[in-house]
Amino acid sequence: MTAGERPSTPVVETLRLLGTQRRRTPADDPALARIGLVALPVAAVLALAVVPLGDRAPVDLDVGVVWFNAMEVVAWFAVWVFGWGPNAATTLAGGYRVLPLGLAYELPHMFAIITPAIAAGSLSPTAIAAAQQDLWYVVWMPAAFLLYLLSVAAMAFWGPFAAPLGRDLAGGAAAEHAGLDRLLLLAGRWMLLTAAAAMAVPLFLGGGAPPPITGPDPFPGLPVLWFAVKLVVVLGLLLALRRAVPMLRMARFATLSWVVLLPLAVAQSLVVTLVVLA
Amino acid sequence: MIALVSALGAVAVITGLLVFTVDSMARATFLLLASFVAVAVVLIAFGLGYLGTVVILMMTTEMMIMVVFMVMLMMNPAGLMPMTMVHNRRGSWAIALVVFGLLTAGVWLVPFPTSGPAPGPDPTAALGDALMGGQMLTMMTLGLALLATIVGTVAVAVSRR
Repeated sequence: MTAGERPSTPVVETLRLLGTQRRRTPADDPALARIGLVALPVAAVLALAVVPLGDRAPVDLDVGVVWFNAMEVVAWFAVWVFGWGPNAATTLAGGYRVLPLGLAYELPHMFAIITPAIAAGSLSPTAIAAAQQDLWYVVWMPAAFLLYLLSVAAMAFWGPFAAPLGRDLAGGAAAEHAGLDRLLLLAGRWMLLTAAAAMAVPLFLGGGAPPPITGPDPFPGLPVLWFAVKLVVVLGLLLALRRAVPMLRMARFATLSWVVLLPLAVAQSLVVTLVVLA
Repeated sequence: MIALVSALGAVAVITGLLVFTVDSMARATFLLLASFVAVAVVLIAFGLGYLGTVVILMMTTEMMIMVVFMVMLMMNPAGLMPMTMVHNRRGSWAIALVVFGLLTAGVWLVPFPTSGPAPGPDPTAALGDALMGGQMLTMMTLGLALLATIVGTVAVAVSRR
């Protein structure tokens, strides 16, 4: 929610979009654009499927972290293709912007999600959450956690990384999509952001376990509750990021990412690897 | 299971063929990606979860990086104009037929191993060990050198601007 929006805005906006007609442009490729628009929410759901909501995941995949990453990059394809579909200059340029964005955030992101996996010795999110009984990973790999937050905001092309839908392009890749198409696009982006925020809980915040400082669990047997509380905290951090940081130019973010974030991510995973080996 | 794998194989072959019939860069990219994803799901159905998932991850990323190269190298960089996906038809036919002949001959001439020992509990680890087990030091050194080269190249390119 940004300034000037009310709590009822999402509901009103959803109803408004449901009642609006779709828009066609001359010589467009609606089938391909629809594939991209549908791929976004579908990828978000498939990514969320391997996240343990509480103590167990809907689909407990032993390579869940890799699966999650694979579903995330589907968003690149989705944005590019629904930007390409309408055959219009602004949407095309917006769709192309996702490529430098992706190339900038993806490697730090991969290192950020593989660092907890190294520490836990497993690619299963459930096993990674279970390995944090004594110490949450956010405490001894804070750089990886911060990089994860930054990169998931970029992955959902959201907040400071919203250049693919930028106002300087009159809405970018979303400019020509109206009605149900636009609803799929915007809802898919929120779903992707929420799925990514949910993955931060098992990777860095101990999954459905209560905070270690509380002593005995005041709500025993309710890991879903702790999961929800932590998810709200992560989403709050992401919203604070959007308030604090203006929209970044892609070239500037690419420089920042390759010169600062990637070495930081490598250093963080190196430290964790050395601790695990020691 | 066999029906699923056969259907996915058919999807992979058909979408792979369709790549060369469409006149749009974006449709060709989508069809090629669909073909690769069908192959990846076949791998997952064979119990190679890690390999299949990595194929989806790598191929989606690779298609998008291919788009970057198309922007850099093609005369029609935005990809909005109709285009043909086939060039040099005679040469392509010759190469395709020779490769098909070689592969078909290989299928019949190479003695395939009959069912060996039962697969271990983790086929991904077994495959990784078979591919890289003896060469781990080389691979690790190579990987580090490659990463350092990439980061160095980007750093040099960025500071020129």
